[in-house]
Amino acid sequence: MSRTRETTRVPAPLLLPAALAVAFLVLPLVGLLVRTPWSELGAQLAAPGVGEALRLSLVSATLATGLSLLLGVPLAWVLARSRARGRSVLRALVTVPLVLPPVVGGVALFLVFGRQGIVGSWLDDTFGVTLPFTTAAVVIAETFVAMPFLVISVEGALRAADGRFEDVAATLGAGRWTTFRRVTLPLVAPGIAAGAVLCWARALGEFGATITFAGNFPGTTQTMPLAVYLALQRDPDAAIVLSVVLLAVSLATLLLLRDRWLGRAAA
Amino acid sequence: MSLTATVDTRRGTLHLRVAVEVADGEVLAVLGPNGAGKSTLVRVLAGLLRPDAGRVVVDGEVWDGDGASVPAHRRRLGMVFQDALLFPHLSVADNVAFGLRTRGTGRAAARAAAEGWLTRVGLDGLGGRRPAELSGGQAQRAALARALVGDPALLLLDEPLSALDARTRLAVRAELRRHLAGFVGSTVLVTHDPVDAMALADRVVVVEEGRVVQAGTPADVSRRPRTDYVARLVGLSLLPGTAKGRLVRLDGGGAVAVAEEAAGPVFAAVRPESVSLYASRPDGSPRNVWPARLVGATPHGATVRCELAGEVPLIADVTAAAFAEMGLTPGAEVWASVKASEVAVYAR
Amino acid sequence: MRWRSGALLVAGLVLGGCGSAAGDAPPGVAEGGPAGPGDPGMTGTLTVLAAASLTDVFADLEEQLEAANPQLEVRFSFAGSSTLAAQVLQGAPADVLATADEAQMARVADAGQVADPAVFAENPLVLVVPAGNPAGIDLPAGGDGVPGLADLLPADLTLAVCAPEVPCGAAAEEVLAASRTPAAPDTYEDDVRAVLTKVVLGEVDAGLVYRSDVRAAGDDVRAFDFRESSAAVNRYPIGVLEGAGNPVAAQAFVDLVRSAEGQQALADAGFSPPS
Repeated sequence: MSRTRETTRVPAPLLLPAALAVAFLVLPLVGLLVRTPWSELGAQLAAPGVGEALRLSLVSATLATGLSLLLGVPLAWVLARSRARGRSVLRALVTVPLVLPPVVGGVALFLVFGRQGIVGSWLDDTFGVTLPFTTAAVVIAETFVAMPFLVISVEGALRAADGRFEDVAATLGAGRWTTFRRVTLPLVAPGIAAGAVLCWARALGEFGATITFAGNFPGTTQTMPLAVYLALQRDPDAAIVLSVVLLAVSLATLLLLRDRWLGRAAA
Repeated sequence: MSLTATVDTRRGTLHLRVAVEVADGEVLAVLGPNGAGKSTLVRVLAGLLRPDAGRVVVDGEVWDGDGASVPAHRRRLGMVFQDALLFPHLSVADNVAFGLRTRGTGRAAARAAAEGWLTRVGLDGLGGRRPAELSGGQAQRAALARALVGDPALLLLDEPLSALDARTRLAVRAELRRHLAGFVGSTVLVTHDPVDAMALADRVVVVEEGRVVQAGTPADVSRRPRTDYVARLVGLSLLPGTAKGRLVRLDGGGAVAVAEEAAGPVFAAVRPESVSLYASRPDGSPRNVWPARLVGATPHGATVRCELAGEVPLIADVTAAAFAEMGLTPGAEVWASVKASEVAVYAR
Repeated sequence: MRWRSGALLVAGLVLGGCGSAAGDAPPGVAEGGPAGPGDPGMTGTLTVLAAASLTDVFADLEEQLEAANPQLEVRFSFAGSSTLAAQVLQGAPADVLATADEAQMARVADAGQVADPAVFAENPLVLVVPAGNPAGIDLPAGGDGVPGLADLLPADLTLAVCAPEVPCGAAAEEVLAASRTPAAPDTYEDDVRAVLTKVVLGEVDAGLVYRSDVRAAGDDVRAFDFRESSAAVNRYPIGVLEGAGNPVAAQAFVDLVRSAEGQQALADAGFSPPS
């Protein structure tokens, strides 16, 4: 790489707001760390259910991200590339989970996937499968809330990507599917990675839709945010410890991924 | 005839209606200003744009027409774009091998063919690099190798040199000329640079506002331009008028004396270096002397290209020394003169 | 007698609200009776932090209080009891605290932020089932009196209760233990409304909620009282906060809640009087 690194100086009018933004975002975190009863850390971590909740959180957020990638990347492609009518309506609909209070989202999921729901009652009658109060419901709730983050990032990346590369691929004998796989996807990989990270982080912190649609049962549906919230009711110190644990694990994961995965895309 | 195409299509305000034919081994340059429809034409030929009507036949195979359209990826063609557009996520060798892999060649064979082509375009040993690590000229050479590696029947070159700096352009142009000479299929070169057309093409069509306005050999087109656009490109002042004997009465007013007899509607073309400028009316009264006003001056090597307005609009090249000596500034009133023998005249 | 004292209290508030402008009072207000001589008048803002389950009842009482005291503005903040307690301990400016849980009030009292809180209502747990009653829960045949939970609940039903961390969940844990029913919860919700929502939607076969919550759900649910509910009755304490900016109005509000009017409103909403 022959890229020269320039010293980019931040213009003064940007400096103050940027510093304020950092303070605004970081200070609550500092507050949390200051209040953390570090001596209790070990005991809290060893407490029954904490490891289980952490594991469940990581597993369900990862599954939700996988599901979002599987469904969301094609949707982003449709939003970015198809000229179908009603595309702007579709885009507005995709962002609904972003504006919907998550608890309401959870109720809405009941109306579709619940025992009495449109799809749920069919699943129940046909296969004897009920989703609410299962880990699958956690994944569904997290996917519902987090997928828009992925879709919007990937759509932006697709729009920003140079469409002429797809023309080049076509002149080189690549059909639409080959072009998508071998050219479009690699080109927008950084955008997909960024979207997946956002999606995963949002899924990891998901609370409202999860507790509504999946309920709260240790080992099955009680993720870390639920555990944190309930701990807050009885023992705020425990809640802080759990929050810090969740934070540390998610930050560690993201940093690790950044090196392995985003690092490669940037090369 | 290896490529026969008639294209009729509308894109926004542009209505493109052209017919082109290119023989095997022949290079056709499509010359025209921005927005004339050159890119639309080449996209139709590539199958990236479906024409409203028309017919594209290559080697007897109908690509467009008869109500059918062969999609781009099923056309046996190679295309080079203005910015090389090497896939940034693939190595240079993988870029060159891309077209072979999509068409079913095995990995090892494709790689070997790619390395062979990289050697032919002078990129020996650079196959393992990323496109970002190549210079502009190297990238365009790799793009050429990528387009040619699949033995296409039709080679489309869309402004292949215009993104390069002047020095690199010279080198890549020479290289391109060599490869085009060895290419057995038909080539369509889209450019707005007459030098590219002169250097690379066997024939030129000039497209303006969606129509072919002139066609011929590069020498013919540059010597006898038929539109202001081409005249300006090749650096001629084009004066349309009506000839009677050795005098051409210009449509815009005034008259030009010429050396040859002619009759009827004609173009009179004047080369800039034939125009002399004087601060006052020259003595000895040559026949072609006109008052003019200097409206623009552009340094051009050792000369200054002067744009003159007046009854007879002209372009004049004067030496930088003369320009300075006369103390010319935009707006200056001057006298321009041309020898009758320096004026080319040909039928409209 | 209780009724009379309540009426007099309201009358006092009514006239007090008129303050120095008593002469301009509309005729209807003047019927209430003579104003107390040293009445300080009820003006300004009264801020009440109250458990979410009190939303409807307190809104009724607010109307009464404000109608009687046009210059008084009553503001409520409804939330979970532990949230309210935390807010008070963090210094939220408020005049009155009413929680759904004595433990949370005790946290505030221990910190010296509230003096002499008094229990003004009780709220027992009831079993609610969706209108469709998918598990077919009903009173045991031939039984008389209040049934036990074990008689009502089949073993394999889907049951929602509050999480043990919140008061209604602690109560649910106690009554389930006392009943020795084999039925086990499938989800521990963060609050009682969440339990009720799942019952109303028919996503669970039954749930344990406070009786006061049943009224709000109307015809969407059916409720059953059960014997073990007495094992864990929820008590609602109320008190004037030490840092109250408007202690007079605060005391008046507490008195109103504990008056016959207030008790009637609470009974209408499904609460029981303090035992």
